[in-house]
Amino acid sequence: MSGSSRSDESTRPARLEPPVTDASEPFWEATRQRRLMLPWCTACDRPFWYPREVCPRCLGSAIEWRAASGRGEVYAHTVEHKPVMLKAVFGDEPYCVALVELDEGVRLMSNIVDVDPLAVEVGMRVSARWEPMSDGRHLLLFAPEGPVA
Amino acid sequence: MRGAAAIVGVADAASPTGELELTGRALEAAVIAEALADAGLTLDDVDGVCHSTSSMGLAEYLGIHPRFTDSTMTGGSSYEVHAEHAAAAIAAGLCDVVISVYASTPRSDRRRGRPPMRPNLMGPNPMLEWEAPYGLRMPMGPYAMAANRHMAEFGTTSEQLAQIAVSTRDWAALNPRARYREPITVDDVLASPMQCSPLHLLDCCLVTDGAGAFVMTSAARARDLSRPPVLVLGAGTCHDHSMISQMPDLTTTPGVVSGRNAFAMAGIGPGDVDVLMGYDSFTITALLHLEDLGFCAKGEGGAFVEDGRTGPGGSLPMNTNGGGLSYTHPGAYGMFLLVEAVRQLRGECGDRQVADAEIAVAHGSGMVLSCMSTVVLGTEAAA
Repeated sequence: MSGSSRSDESTRPARLEPPVTDASEPFWEATRQRRLMLPWCTACDRPFWYPREVCPRCLGSAIEWRAASGRGEVYAHTVEHKPVMLKAVFGDEPYCVALVELDEGVRLMSNIVDVDPLAVEVGMRVSARWEPMSDGRHLLLFAPEGPVA
Repeated sequence: MRGAAAIVGVADAASPTGELELTGRALEAAVIAEALADAGLTLDDVDGVCHSTSSMGLAEYLGIHPRFTDSTMTGGSSYEVHAEHAAAAIAAGLCDVVISVYASTPRSDRRRGRPPMRPNLMGPNPMLEWEAPYGLRMPMGPYAMAANRHMAEFGTTSEQLAQIAVSTRDWAALNPRARYREPITVDDVLASPMQCSPLHLLDCCLVTDGAGAFVMTSAARARDLSRPPVLVLGAGTCHDHSMISQMPDLTTTPGVVSGRNAFAMAGIGPGDVDVLMGYDSFTITALLHLEDLGFCAKGEGGAFVEDGRTGPGGSLPMNTNGGGLSYTHPGAYGMFLLVEAVRQLRGECGDRQVADAEIAVAHGSGMVLSCMSTVVLGTEAAA
């Protein structure tokens, strides 16, 4: 984590804290309890990502939020060797940005943490980690599979 | 639409220093004037305007009142989409002479302390919510992910990707206006600093000033003008995501669809293409085009390029101006694909001229592999 002593850096959030939209509010509320919820279209009986007011397959608006396993695998990744964007989180160390395919069948972007970023591989099993945000929400991260934190 | 319209004037501005004197509308006006002069037309002839930010603002600046207008913005492929739309509009009789223009000067803006152009992002932006927190460097991060996935699925190597940069530099050596002309080797690419793995610095396009314009009119009118007409034989466009986390398959772009439709309209196959101008924002981008346009099978792009066949003297001349990797890349490079394709078909390319070029393809890639647009151009003999 950041060891910076500059006041302007220590008082601002370590990361961009994502805005909440009407469509995503249930997702973000659940993160307060470190729970991963996905939007499901009840007509298609399938989850979709990212949260929308309607299903991106059938335009149906009967959306139900269901708990997800928090497990999945790395679909693709890159290691940022010039870590300029998340300096406040990772300092000068390279970090891994990945697309994670959840076991429920949706794919989302995240960071893979608690592992040497150079050791991350396509197909690696990962599970959810939660990073606290300033407003009580949590940001979804992933780490090589173990007990879901 | 096949053969109904022709590009009759082109211009582009680029410099070995990477910087240009003019900027903004003044630079746009300069390349428009040059392209119109190339066509033997004047501003009075223009009744259609394309611009990727504001066709209205441009037309107002120029003092013209177009009856066809197109502000389509699909990133770097905007200019291929403009060519497609302009050809369709001309074929439908909506207008007679269309211009499209692009200018951007990021390099001199930085040195002169000019504020960078920040386009307003209209509408909701899910990227802020679902990608921005994770620190993916733009634009190289998404392409790095595509390269990573391609390597994992098909065994593509960094050496194979590097060969694309090497072959492209060999073309740049033949272009006096290219930013970089010194030959490089695969080892040079691999030794250049890692940016977003697996992409090295020399896998990435340049940041330079640049501008370009084209003028299009009906094939009938084109035959009365000064230059040999370059006919629009086919065109196609497709996008399948906006942000990278929504791309259905990171190893297959919507160029499969845009290319298939453009080639079908033109009545050609990959074997008929004499010059391929395939947007090379990164080495992986060009490799994906080769596969998705059918020059080789999916997954075989690495093996396809490793003998240097896309370089000078190779069987598939690709990015003969030196590409975004070595010629110029101001941010949205698609215009330069069209300009070079036209010049190759007119036989104006000097040391880098591809002999007897009759069919050239400009294949634009916009945003993060998001929107592909393919334009098949041909000489009268090819039509």
